[in-house]
Amino acid sequence: MELTEWLNNLSSIGGSTIRMSAPLIFAALGGLMSERSGIINIALEGKMLAGAFTAAAVTTLTHSPFLGFLCGGLAGMLMAALYGLFVINFKSNQIVTGTAITILAAGTVPFISQILFQNTGSTPEIPMGNRFIHGPIIAAWVIMGLIWLWFKYSPYGMWHKFAGEHPDALQTSGIDVIRTRWSGVLLSGFLAGLGGATLSICLSSSYTRNMTAGRGYMALAALIVGGWRPIAAALACLAFGFFDALGIFLQGIQMPKLTADIPFVTQFWNFLVSPQFIQIIPYILTIVIVAGFVGKSRAPRALGQPYLRNR
Amino acid sequence: MKILRPIIATIFAIILGLLITSIAGENPLDVFVIFAKSGFGTPYDVGMTLTYSMPLILTGLSVAMAFKAKMFNIGAEGQLTMGALAAAIVGAQFPTVNPYIAPLFAGLCAAAAGGIWGGIAGYLKAKRGAHEVITTIMLNFIAAGIASYVTVYLLKDPNTQNPQTVPISNYYVLEAFSYFEGAPVTYALFLSIFLAITAWIFLYRTPLGYEIRCVGENDAASSTAGISISRTQILTMVVAGAMAGLVGVGEILGRSECFKLDFSPGYGFTGIAVAFLARGNPIAIIFSGLLFGILQKGASDLEIYTQNVTSDLALVLQALIILAVSADGLWEKILTRKKAK
Repeated sequence: MELTEWLNNLSSIGGSTIRMSAPLIFAALGGLMSERSGIINIALEGKMLAGAFTAAAVTTLTHSPFLGFLCGGLAGMLMAALYGLFVINFKSNQIVTGTAITILAAGTVPFISQILFQNTGSTPEIPMGNRFIHGPIIAAWVIMGLIWLWFKYSPYGMWHKFAGEHPDALQTSGIDVIRTRWSGVLLSGFLAGLGGATLSICLSSSYTRNMTAGRGYMALAALIVGGWRPIAAALACLAFGFFDALGIFLQGIQMPKLTADIPFVTQFWNFLVSPQFIQIIPYILTIVIVAGFVGKSRAPRALGQPYLRNR
Repeated sequence: MKILRPIIATIFAIILGLLITSIAGENPLDVFVIFAKSGFGTPYDVGMTLTYSMPLILTGLSVAMAFKAKMFNIGAEGQLTMGALAAAIVGAQFPTVNPYIAPLFAGLCAAAAGGIWGGIAGYLKAKRGAHEVITTIMLNFIAAGIASYVTVYLLKDPNTQNPQTVPISNYYVLEAFSYFEGAPVTYALFLSIFLAITAWIFLYRTPLGYEIRCVGENDAASSTAGISISRTQILTMVVAGAMAGLVGVGEILGRSECFKLDFSPGYGFTGIAVAFLARGNPIAIIFSGLLFGILQKGASDLEIYTQNVTSDLALVLQALIILAVSADGLWEKILTRKKAK
C-alpha cells in the first residue's frame, strides 16, 4: 500500500470513528445519568431502538429532522418512564425489567412500523436535505461537557451521585431519593433515545430493522470501562467506535492471511486479523476491566438496590 | 396466592396484548382464535409448538439454575450459540463416529461448550468479583463473533450463499417422529423434559443442589456453614451453561443439520421470561416453556393470516408477561388494598 493510500484510509477510519461513536456517547451518558442515581440500565438497547425508529418516522412524516430528533429522545423517555414506574415505584427487579423493556421495544417498533408504513423492515428513505450531517455528533460532545460540569459544580449533580452511593444520607438531608432517581431515569431515556435518533437520521437515512445491533450494550460496556465518569465514558465510546469502524473497514479489504499450515496456530492467527475479532475487542476489553485485570472500575455503591422509603 | 400470581399475570398480559392488536385494526377475538388454532390445530401445529418450546425449556432451566444461586444468567444466548456451534463442528469434522453414540457425543460436546462459556462468567464472578450480568452480556457478543468467524471462514457451506456451516454427517442426524407430519420433533423433546425433572431432583434432593440454594438464600450463612461460595458459583454457572448449550441437540442435530448464523430468535432472552414466569421451579418451566412456544408459534401464524400483526407480537407478549410477573411492588399494592377492605 502506498503512503497516500494509507493516509486516506487512516483519515476515513478516523472520520467514521468520530461519527460512529456519537450514538454510543449519547447512550453511555444516558446510562450514566441513571446508574449514577442507583438504577441499573441494561435497557439502553431498547430505548435506542425506540428513538431510532421514532426519529426516522417523525422526520419522514414532518420533513423536520429537528422534530424527529426531539421525538426520538421523547420516545426513549417514554420507555424510560415505563421502566421507572416498575423499578422505582413497584420495586421490580431492575435486571429482569430492563430485559423486558428491551424485548418490548424490539416487538413494538416493527408493529408500529407495519401500521404506519406497511413495512416491518424499514422506514422510507429520508432525502439528504432532511437529514443531519454533523449536528448530533457535535451535540453529543457538548452534552458530555454539560453533564461533566453538572456533576462537578451543581448541587443537583451531587444529590444525583448520593442517590446512587448513599441514598439514606440523601433522604436524611431532606432530598427526595425517589424523585432524584426518577429524574435520572427519565434523562437517561431521553439521551438514549437521542443516541438512537443519531443512528437513524444522521448516520444513515432511515430506520432499518434492529439497526441498533447491540450498540446499547456496547454503550453500557463503555460506561463501565469509563468507570461511570462522563469524560472517561465518552473516550471509551470513542475507542469502541474505532474498533467498530476498523472492523467494517477490514471487511472491505482483503487482510493478509497466514497460509502456512501449522495446526491451530494458523487458524488462531487468521482469527486475530479477521474483522470478527476486531469487532469483539471492546467486549473482551470490558470483561478484562470488570474482572479487574487492568485497573478496577467501581460501580456506584447502591446500584441496583431499590430504595424503600420508611425503612 | 403465590402460585396464582404468574397465572393471573399471564392472562392479564395476553388480554392486553390482544387489545393491542385492535390498534392494528384486527378483531382481538379473531386473533385469539388464530392463536388457539395455530398452537394445536393439526399434529404439525402441535409439533411446531413443541419445536419452539424445546429450546425455551432448556434456556429457562439455565436461567433458573443460575438464579437459585442468586446469579443472573443473561448469557444463555451466548452459551447456546457455543453449544450449537460445537455440535455442528463435531458433526461435520468427525463424520464416521459410530451412529449409536454420535448424537450422544455431539450432545456432550455441546453441553461442554455451553458449560465452559457459562463457567467463564462463573469463574470471573467467584474469583475476580466481576458482575455476571455484565460478563454474560459481553460473552454473548464474543460468542456471536466467534460463530460468525467459524461460519464465514472455517466451515462455510460452499453450496449456498447463506451464512451456514457444512451439513453434519448423517450419523448425527436425529430422526423426527412421524406423528407430527414433518415438524422436527425429536428425542431432544424428551431430553429437555428429562433435564427439567433432573434439575428439580438435583436442586431439591441432592446435597449439591442444597448448597446452591443455600448460597442463593444467604451467602454469608452458607460460608459460615462451610460451603465454598466460589466453588458453588462456578459450578452453578457451568451447569446453567451446559443446559443452554444442549439447545444445540434439538436445533442442530434435529432441525437444521448445520449451524446457521442467527438461527436463534433470541431463545436465551426468552429463557429469562420462561424462568421468571415459572418462578424458577424446574417442573413449572416445562409448562411456561410450552406457553412461550405457543406464543411464538401463534405469532408467526398471525403474520400469515392477518394484515398488520406480525410475529413480533410474541415479543410484546413476552415483555408484558415479564413486567407483570416481576412487579412485586404492584402485587403488594393490589393485595394489601384488598385486605384493607
